[in-house]
Formats: sequence, C-alpha cells, structure tokens
Amino acid sequence: MFLIECPWCGPRDETEFSYGGEAHIARPVGGGHDMTNAEWGHYVFHRTNPKGLHRERWVHSHGCRRWFNVVRDTVSHEFLLIYKPGEKPDLPALPKSPEPPDGPGR
Amino acid sequence: MSRQSFRLEGGGRIDRARALGFTFNGKRYQGYAGDTLASALLANGVHLVGRSFKYHRPRGILTAGVEEPNALVQLETGAHSQPNIRATQIELYDGLTATSINAWPNVKWDLMAVNNRLGRLLPAGFYYKTFMWPRSWWMTYEKAIRRAAGLGRAPEAADPDRYERQNIHCDVLVVGGGPAGLATALAAGRTGARVVLVDQLPELGGSLLDESAGTGEAWRQSAVAELAAMDEVTCLTRTVVTGYFDHNFLIACESVTDHLGHTGAQPHLPRLKLWRIRAGQVVLATGAFERAIGFKGNDLPGVMLAGAIGTYHARYAVTPGREAVFFTNNDTAYAPAMAMAAGGARVKVADVRTEPGAVADRARAVGIEVLPGHAVVSAAGHRKVRGVMVASLGAEGQVGDPRYLRCDLVGMSGGWSPAVHLFSQSGGKLAWRAADACFIPGVPAQTTRVVGRANGTIGLSALMAEAHAAGADAAKDAGFSGSGDAPTLESDQPEQAPLQPFWSVPAKPKSERKHFVDFQNDVTVGDVRLANREGYRSVEHLKRYTTLGMGTDQGKLGNVPGLALLAEMQGVTVPEVGTTTFRAPFTPLNFGAMAGRDVGEFMDPARRTPMHDLHDEAGAVFEDVGQWKRPFYYPQPGEGKDEAVNRECRAVRNAVGMLDATTLGKIDLQGPDVPALLNRIYTNAWSKLEVGRSRYGLMLGEDGMVIDDGVTSRLGENHFLMTTTTGNAARILGWLEEWLQTEWPELKVYANSVTEQYAVAVIAGPKARDLLGEVTDLDLSADEFPFMSWREGTVAGIPARVFRISFSGELSYEINVPANHGAALWGALMETGEKHGITPYGTEAMHVLRAEKGYIIVGQDTDGTVTPLDLGMDWIVSKNKDFLGKRSLTREDTARTDRKQLVGLLTDDPQAVLPEGGQVVEELQDRPPMTMIGHVTSSYYSANLGRSIALALIKDGRQRMGDTLHIPQPLGGPTLSATVTETVFIDPDGSRLNG
Ligand SMILES: [Zn+2]
Repeated sequence: MFLIECPWCGPRDETEFSYGGEAHIARPVGGGHDMTNAEWGHYVFHRTNPKGLHRERWVHSHGCRRWFNVVRDTVSHEFLLIYKPGEKPDLPALPKSPEPPDGPGR
Repeated sequence: MSRQSFRLEGGGRIDRARALGFTFNGKRYQGYAGDTLASALLANGVHLVGRSFKYHRPRGILTAGVEEPNALVQLETGAHSQPNIRATQIELYDGLTATSINAWPNVKWDLMAVNNRLGRLLPAGFYYKTFMWPRSWWMTYEKAIRRAAGLGRAPEAADPDRYERQNIHCDVLVVGGGPAGLATALAAGRTGARVVLVDQLPELGGSLLDESAGTGEAWRQSAVAELAAMDEVTCLTRTVVTGYFDHNFLIACESVTDHLGHTGAQPHLPRLKLWRIRAGQVVLATGAFERAIGFKGNDLPGVMLAGAIGTYHARYAVTPGREAVFFTNNDTAYAPAMAMAAGGARVKVADVRTEPGAVADRARAVGIEVLPGHAVVSAAGHRKVRGVMVASLGAEGQVGDPRYLRCDLVGMSGGWSPAVHLFSQSGGKLAWRAADACFIPGVPAQTTRVVGRANGTIGLSALMAEAHAAGADAAKDAGFSGSGDAPTLESDQPEQAPLQPFWSVPAKPKSERKHFVDFQNDVTVGDVRLANREGYRSVEHLKRYTTLGMGTDQGKLGNVPGLALLAEMQGVTVPEVGTTTFRAPFTPLNFGAMAGRDVGEFMDPARRTPMHDLHDEAGAVFEDVGQWKRPFYYPQPGEGKDEAVNRECRAVRNAVGMLDATTLGKIDLQGPDVPALLNRIYTNAWSKLEVGRSRYGLMLGEDGMVIDDGVTSRLGENHFLMTTTTGNAARILGWLEEWLQTEWPELKVYANSVTEQYAVAVIAGPKARDLLGEVTDLDLSADEFPFMSWREGTVAGIPARVFRISFSGELSYEINVPANHGAALWGALMETGEKHGITPYGTEAMHVLRAEKGYIIVGQDTDGTVTPLDLGMDWIVSKNKDFLGKRSLTREDTARTDRKQLVGLLTDDPQAVLPEGGQVVEELQDRPPMTMIGHVTSSYYSANLGRSIALALIKDGRQRMGDTLHIPQPLGGPTLSATVTETVFIDPDGSRLNG
C-alpha cells in the first residue's frame, strides 16, 4: 500500500485516496465541437500508460477532498514529485538501478 | 496415556514441572510446557501424522518450523476448528485436540492410499490431461478429486473469536529475532530510533535457542534485556510477517491468545492481531531453510531434515530416533549427528563429498561412522523408516552396489536456502550464488537490507558484524546515530568446508517417482523430468504443470531443488532456467485476522433515516440501498409483498401516500458561478432558472453516457440545492469537485453534501394538497405554488422547504426539514393524514409508480452505455450550449439511429410479469442460441392498470412500436411475448401532476 503525501494534509495511506488517471489532459476549449471524431475520441479514451515516469492525478477523497498531481514511477511505484493543480514542474531524472553483484536474476 | 519414551533425561527449554495432556487422532498423550505439538508427538514416538495430498502416502514430521510441508493438522473441533495448521508451530497447551487432515477413515488405514498404488496413473499434469475431456464430465471428476485429494476442513459454524488490527509506524523494522535480528535491533535501538523487532517464536533468539547454556545464551539474554529496556523499541513475538508491500508497508500476524487454545481464551483479548506496519527502513533477518535430498522414499515418516533433528534434540530435549543415518552434502548435518551420538544414539553419516574434511574427523572421534562419497539411495519401511540402502557414488554419479543399514531415523541436508521470500515480495531481485547453490538477495527495490543467513552469510561472527552494520546504517538513514560497537560473539563452530551441490540420487525413472521434491504437493523428481521432457522448460510452466511450490508452504522446501533439477536436466545453470517470484502471504493468513473487527454489523456501516424507528414500528420490511436501510414495503397482517405493494400503489393514485426520501443525495451549491457550473454539467440550460423554481437535469460523462439525474432548485440568487440518485450522492459530489478543482478553478462555487442534514417526507396523491393544507402556512394553490417550484414555510410547526416535484406522476410535495425533526414531521403527517387515507409506501411501490409514468432510474434503466437520445429524452438536450459529453453525442457510434433504445413492453398475457434482465429476441428458435436484441430493464405488476408493465432497451426500439417480441426464460418458465409501446403507461398528458 502506497504512502502518499497529500500537499495539504501530509503523508497518508493509499486507502484515503482515489486515483484519477493521467494528468494534464485538458478539456478541449469550447467542448471539442470543431474536432474530428478521432481527435475527440483521443481526448476521451486514449491514455499513454507508460512504463516508467507517469504524471497522474490523485484525490484525497477520505481526507481534504482535494485533487493534486504526482509523478510516479510505474515500475517501482516511487512517487518522485507531488504538486498542486495548475503547476507542472519538469520531470525528474529516473534513478539508475545498479546491476546486481552476481548477475541479474530473472 | 503413553510415556514420553523419546524424551531426553535433561536439557531443553521445556518446563518439566508442567506436564500437559493432549489428544492426537483420538489418543491421549502427555508433553511439557514449551513443547510444540510436533515435539510432543516425537517425544511420544509418534512420527506418522498425516497423509500426503495426492497419493495419500504416510507422512511424518519433516521440519521444526514454519516451512513444514507434511505435519498439517486440523486443530480443535467445532467453531474453533482451524484446518492445515503446522504441528511444528502449534505451542502445546493443556487439553489440545488435533487430528490428521487428508486421511479417511484414519491416518493408519487410509483407503485413499490406493492413489499411491495408482501413482503411475496420476503423473504431473494429470488434471489437465486426463480430466479435461469430455468437458461435460469435469464437474463429476472435480468433486471426486476434491474429496480424495484435499486438505483440511473449514469450520462450519461462525467464528466465535475476536480479532483485531493495529497500525504501527517505525523508523526501523527488523524481521527475525535470531542472532542477526537481535544485533540489528540493538544497533538501531541504541540510536534512539523507533524500532520494531518481529519474531515468530515465543522467545527471541532464533537459532541461539538451540543452546540452553554457554556464551550464546548469555549474550541472547543480555540482548533481550537491553532491548526490553529501550523505550522506543517494540518486540513482537509469536508474530509472523506475511507480506511486504509497496512503500515499506508490511503485514504481520500475532498470536495473542491463539497459542493458549480456546480453553485459555481471555475475553478481553483477541485471538490474533494483524499488525499493519509502515517502516522507514526494513532489515530482514529471516534466516534460511534447510533442503531435502531426493532419494526413493525420502518422504517416509522418520526421514527428517538434519537441522530439525538438532532443534528437537536441543530445544525440546527430544530424540526423534535411537539409530540414525544422516545424509548430507555439507558440514551442517554433522552437529545434530554429533549431538545424537553424545546422547547415546548409534549414528552414521553418508556424505556425498569424497573428502568431507575436518568435520568428518571430529565426527569419527565421537564414534560416528562416516561414509564419504556415499548416498542414501532408498529408505525402507511401512509407515515408519526401519532402514536405508546406502551406496557409493562414482565420479560420474554412478551408483555402486547398495548395502542395508538398519535405522529408525534419517537426517538429510541438501544445503540451505536463504529465506528470501519477503525480499522477493518487496520487489527485490534475487541473485544465484553458485558456491552455496542458493539464491541470495540481489538489488533491493525499497529501503531494504538483508542480514545473516537470509543474506547467505555463514559463521556467527561474520553474521553479527554484518547485522550490526545494517542496523546502524538503517538508523542513520532514518536520521539517528550512536550504535556503539558491534557485539562480539565468537562461535565455537569451526569454519565450514564447501558444500557439493546435490539434489537427487541418480536412479531409474520408476524410482524417481518416489524421490520427493515438493512434499506437500507430491511432486517428485520424476514429475520434474516428465515436465521437462514434455516441453515445460521454463520454471513458470514447471510450477503450473506439476503444482510445484503451490501449496500452503509455497515451495519453501521444494522450489530451489525443483529449479536446480530442471536446470540439471537441461544442462544449463540455475539462473538460465530462472527463478520464481515469491508472493504474499509468506505463511497462510487467517481470514479472521484480516477481517479484524469489520465483521457482522461492523462490516459496513448501516445508515438509517431519522424516521427509521417509525417505519420499524409500522412493520416495514427494509431493503439495502447502498448503505441505507430503506422501507421496501409495509405489509399489513396477512399481506405478502405483492398485496402490500399493490395496496400502496393504489393509495397513491387514489388518495395519498407517504415515502421517506431522506436518502436522496442532496448537494448544497453556493457561489455566483453555480448557474455556469450547472450549464456545464447538465445537458439542459440553467441560467434562467428563477429563485423559487426547480428543474430536472441529466448528467453525462464525457463519453456521452448518462451518469445521473435529479432535480436542482434555486434557493437564492447564489444558492442552489441539487438532488442525486440515492446510491450516487458521494460520486456526484466527487464529480463536481473534480471539474471545479482541476478544470474550472475560475468558477466560484462551493459544493457540500447535506444529505444527512435534512429529513425528507414525500406526500403524493390526489389528496396531498388537502393533507398538506391542514398543517402548513403556505398557499398551496396551483397559481401560487405550481409544479416544479419550491417554497419555504412551516409544516406541522417545523421550518421546512417544500418542493412541488414528483417521481410518481401524482400531485406531490417533497417536504425537507432539519434532520432531527424528521420523526416529528412523519408522525404529524401520519396523524393528520389518517382521515385522507394516508398510506406509507416503500421503495418497491415507488419503483412501480415511476415505471407507470416511464420515469427512468439511472443504473437500472441505464448501464453506462445509454445516451439521453437512447432514452428518448432529446427534449432535455440543449442545442445552444456546450455541456460535458455533448461532443460525444455526434460520434459515429453514438449518433446511430438503430442503437438500443428505451421502450415500453406490454405482455400478451397481462398477468405475466417479465423477468428483469430477461433477454429479448425477435425471432424465436427452438433453443439457444438466438439473436438477442435487448433486455428488460424494469418490470412490475401495476395494480392501477390491472396488468404488468415493463421497460426495455431494445435495438432500434422506436422503429418497432406495435411489434411483438419474445422473452425466453431458459432457466425456467414459459417463453413470454410482448408488444412494444411508448414508455408512459399512465396519464401521458400529465394532468394529475400539474393539477
Ligand atoms: Zn489532503
């Protein structure tokens, strides 16, 4: 279970939060009425789902009920950045894993 | 009662002054306080404790700890009974009762042992190969197999015991209380860091408990005393860490009173406690598991792991035999061999190494016959070992002529596997160490350190130094310093000679079918060979094909040997075959402990309205709607559900009914931009809604599908009250907040739930106005107080907001009062309404009444794939403004005109009620499959119409008005036919509503 640092309440268990999917997907201005079906479909349904760093939204639903953004490494589940809506700091460099001493296990 | 004839004269950590009686398989025995069930059985000469899973072979006690695969028992009877408990971990208490699992009719005469004779017919993969065809027979096979091959029985009565959960936070968590764990905890604890030390045994010390005197014991006692004196250190004994999850979150299960048995239960204490641990740093000192070696009959009772023999000898003063043959590929088996020899037993050691070195010389000096370059090739005996065949091993593995050695005990040691399970669970990668033929922890994934034998470290002084350093480092990373010097605990064990990897004695295929690798799952060397031959060459395939490592012991003994054998057969190294990821739980976790106090009424909170007791007194039957308890219907004496609902429905249409609508979601919206918000989240326009008026709205997701509906009223210039579906209240508040916070922060709107702040009574029916008029100061005339408006006034002397809105199609008032006046309001309306024939009605009548009017229920008539146009609600979709989901309504698929659309259905037989969820077909076939064109979403008997009515989502439904469709009932009942109609069955022009 993750330990998530709410920008307003501090570190709390994952069970207090809800996941809100990929961050920074802005609603098209005007509601997308000048978009093609494909463009609109992309906004509604398509997400990047990366292996590695992922900007995503969380809400402290059983706490202050406020939304915030994080950068999470989807491999290690490390939360590298936590920031408020409206902000967008640069992605941090991924920490490099050292090679295991006796060669990699599989 | 049997004598403890295998108990040693002195020594051990048992309390000989406290004799305890216990019963195993119906026979009474005696042991001592400090015994486990396993040690007490061995003290009484009982080796046969169970039958194996698949072949029902007789099985004995193999180990002395958590890794035990064989000695699983059903502990106690009745509601307290627990299946599959390891006898090696059950602390003996007076009056304990246990039985073997998996044996019928009893462990000595197990009729299922015929499986053993038929072993040839039950090879690896037999489930898949034999019983998958013909598929229709599988059900029959499965039942028979489950009866024959199974583990213990779940208790049939509800668990009467209490369980608890507790959260704990620490800077450093140390798992394992052996010498390495103690040294780690001391180093971290001395810095003042908050340390939690967890160990599964009743006493801290781990392997140090195997000596009851000497320097080791002295150090152990001083370490335990020092830890006990530290304020920030918590030591949890009888506690097993079973799971290691993300962000250093670990789960541990503590026996609080479980080890006392239910006779010793104390009402103020739980049986088990589940610890939820969040640690800054984790140090794993989980030790190592000894491995078995494959030879024919290595599963006979009396064949044990060498280290376990040493533990029974030293810790419990039990000798599991009097004439022992040890079979080893490393030095560690010599210590228990010499301990047995010192205790007067006749001991021989077969060592696969041709030059075992100094350890063999020391063994010979105490009278042990050492056979270098020899292997035990088979064990003989029936239900108990009575001898072994040993043979020399050639340089190429060729087996010489065997000779017979009499014995009543075999101690085997195939080397040691570090207990890397928790490390692996944490996401850490394992590395293969060829010299010791074992996996050791490689790169950690979290702030995890591994010390001692769990890290593959051998030798007491090296281990202590490593543990001290890890404890100091962990504390330092947590911001603490001052660990002091590493403890010096010199080992009297000399340096160890290298091990020679050796997994199974070379043998003919027939024999290899009795060389057990995974004892619990009856997986043999022959099975591994078969899997490899049939192409299951990856370790993951091997596991699934043979069930290796699948049982309650999760391959603690069998995984590494199985993997190594597979590598050997393929002529590759172990890392090339791969390893498996160990998953939680490390040991089986009790469901009661997981549930804690969240059982019975505490499992889920029950929400009750302020009028609940009045409903109860009126005899209401309740139904659960989300967490709410809502009156379902109010049966009068002699009435069933149908009669009650019919009466309630008729009362609403002919006189007046009253419904408790408190549970409807209510969201208070304030701020100058509320109309702008409503315009964006509802499909219709809101800017012109006047103060005092109410409006119905529909919400869509961005995919264009309906997610909720409800009425919103303007209470003031900047003040609105939104209502939502009962089950959707929290979700819709979250939906508003999400958009307000993340997309439209410029909108000045506050949203807050006020669902529980107001009690709501709905009065509906032609007499509603007469009734309300008697108890209110409001002008109820249609001109002053029209449909879809609200007024503030008093009702029965209570300040109230009265909304003239309707979910029944009748003249209807929804009266909102502060929640603590809810019961008074209800009581007053019931009393005044008596002369008007007031009838309380429940949710079922509410459903029937709204269906008569064709009003939808989101989540019943919609399912997340339904647009407003599918519902025929084009009238509520604004053409002039944007709103959430609008663009999706013109996507290719959503704009299709032949989508599933909501229509009415009237059955040909007016008394037949269609099944909700029933599939609708156009062309009837003799039997399935048939082309389904939709399904029934709502279906009721309407007393007001004297016939059944239904709503359905039907493909191209609006083009099918007047068509006859069919609803087959393949699970029973006749095929019904119905005509497609409009969705409004009563008062289509709304004269009742507006009057
Ligand atoms: Zn918060």
